[in-house]
Amino acid sequence: MGKQTRAIVQGITGNQGSFHTRLMLDYGTKIAAGVTPGKGGTTSVGVPVFDTVASALERTDANASIIFVPAPFAKEAGMEAIDAGLSPVVIITEMIPARDSMILIEYARTRGAAIIGPNTPGIITVGEAKLGIMPGDVFKPGRVGLASRSGTLTYEIAASLTHEGIGQSTCLGIGGDPFTGLNFVDVLKLFRDDPGTDTVVLIGEIGGSAEEDAAAYIRDTKYPKRVAAYVAGRAAPPGKRMGHAGAIITGTEGTADAKMKSLRDAGVLVAEVPSELPRLLLQQVSPLQ
Amino acid sequence: MKLFEYEAKSIAQNLGINTPKGAIASTSEEARDIHKRIGGEAVIKAQVLVAGRGKAGGIKFASKPDETRDRANEILSMTIKGEKVKKVLVEQKASAKKELFASIVLDRANRCQTVLASDQGGIDIEDVARQTPEKVLRHRLDPVFGMRSYDARLIALKLGYEGIQQSTFSDFLSNLYRLSVIYDAELVESNPVIESKDGRFVAADLRVIVDDNSLFRHPEFQERSKEISGEVTALESKARDNGLAFVELDGDIGIIGNGAGLVMATLDLVKQYGGKPANFCDVGGGANAEHVATALQLIQGAEKVRAVFVNILAGITRCDEVAKGIVDVKKVMGLKKPLVIRMVGTNQEEGRRILKSAGLTAMDKMDEAARLAVSKVGA
Repeated sequence: MGKQTRAIVQGITGNQGSFHTRLMLDYGTKIAAGVTPGKGGTTSVGVPVFDTVASALERTDANASIIFVPAPFAKEAGMEAIDAGLSPVVIITEMIPARDSMILIEYARTRGAAIIGPNTPGIITVGEAKLGIMPGDVFKPGRVGLASRSGTLTYEIAASLTHEGIGQSTCLGIGGDPFTGLNFVDVLKLFRDDPGTDTVVLIGEIGGSAEEDAAAYIRDTKYPKRVAAYVAGRAAPPGKRMGHAGAIITGTEGTADAKMKSLRDAGVLVAEVPSELPRLLLQQVSPLQ
Repeated sequence: MKLFEYEAKSIAQNLGINTPKGAIASTSEEARDIHKRIGGEAVIKAQVLVAGRGKAGGIKFASKPDETRDRANEILSMTIKGEKVKKVLVEQKASAKKELFASIVLDRANRCQTVLASDQGGIDIEDVARQTPEKVLRHRLDPVFGMRSYDARLIALKLGYEGIQQSTFSDFLSNLYRLSVIYDAELVESNPVIESKDGRFVAADLRVIVDDNSLFRHPEFQERSKEISGEVTALESKARDNGLAFVELDGDIGIIGNGAGLVMATLDLVKQYGGKPANFCDVGGGANAEHVATALQLIQGAEKVRAVFVNILAGITRCDEVAKGIVDVKKVMGLKKPLVIRMVGTNQEEGRRILKSAGLTAMDKMDEAARLAVSKVGA
């Protein structure tokens, strides 16, 4: 993801699609084409629009996709991008039925495509390109890789890092839904192999077990890069529980405190409040810097 | 969206899943008549969405129709964990050879549906899982192909069934799975599943939770999903009707923010500085002035709220819209509680100018703003 990325925007003619295509272009992202069924032959914010992803690829050259289409159509939009060989496929759409996401994520896995999201702010390679809806100006180039389950809180923390002079390499939202394509462990693997990243910041929240899984991975692989984390939701009441069975499967309570403890036990620097993250990173200089 | 037991059982029956003979009643007389019709011993069950009705006395037994009327009368006057009982399900008490547990759940960690089953049904399955984890069978289903006949058969086999009973239980599981697919269920859970003396499997209790995001393809639930349930307070239901993500809490500092993660972090900060949040309120991405005004009105109108903290990091949301919303409330009804605003991001200058023209200011840092908000209610 970066200068070599040339994206197709699926759902480019909608409100969100056209607005954010303009902002992505302004940031320097290469947008090859847009797709909206029935709008082929038109243009949207200067980008040629096609009826299908396949027809867009006959005329243009792209390797990634960003999806803004409404939830009822998102599963097939994702499959269409995967069938065309695009990866990553960034799914901004929120409120997609869990069953649709589950099937789409499996579809991507068996075909070797990476899905970011759904319900994500997207991904930004700072200073180069962004496939997403994040405000570009809160980020500054540097060596911290950031992965988050939330949108606004990502901007908050990126802005506070930037303010303290700590720049970022790549920032992405893994998505706020129960089922996500890339998870924290996948992202940790990508950052481990990225020479431009020497510190990883994870922003978690209550529910699920993504943070516990990340902690186990960091501990078990003796993760070679510095990791810091913040987990939102310590003050939140126990959310709507999925009934007995959900808790039995994960074997964890999914509380912020439990997540913070497992991250700490894995050697991760854990911040109590978001503003503590830059302080933690500044106090402890990375051995790689 | 959680279904009531009687709703879950009604869709289950249509899919060929056995449930006990019975019917739903809104009055004690109806309950008596149902018992007369079905005969035998009856169980009267409160129809509520909150968990733990059994412990709260919401399930009673009766051997005669008049007794059923009296028990139904008691249950229909109950409020269980804040939820008023409006209906009771009257069913024939099933005689069990064995009680099992069966559940099909969306499994986040494994990105698939997983079947949980046990021959230790009828009791708290969480206790079973904790004390004797080997008694709870876990079987993952393929995310695309789902439950195939051999998945169901393997589970039946592991539970000790052979021959005709193996097939009968496999069919029961397959039907539960079909229900989960047709109704986009996050959870289908029967506890207990009763194996009757004549060898049938009966869902004596049935819980179904439908994925809220799938309601667009389930018009049959759309009206019901708008009904106020006992799990939602009056303030929450009002806020949600206005498109706000809202959860009421016990504290006294009202919170308004944009983005679930940021609002959660705001609650954490307020608590960190010794305050107690009165609510979680996310106006969402791209909120307009009206949204913000509604949120502020609702929250400052709540009696328990002694200060309001607005925390906005504008991305898609614009500071000028947020400021307009706040100023509108000030003009129309006045600010009833001390207000702390932290607002940065898109159109920040314009937003602050609007606030200033109404004699209000915004802060930059979320920490400082949280501390100030806590000091407003300080002891």
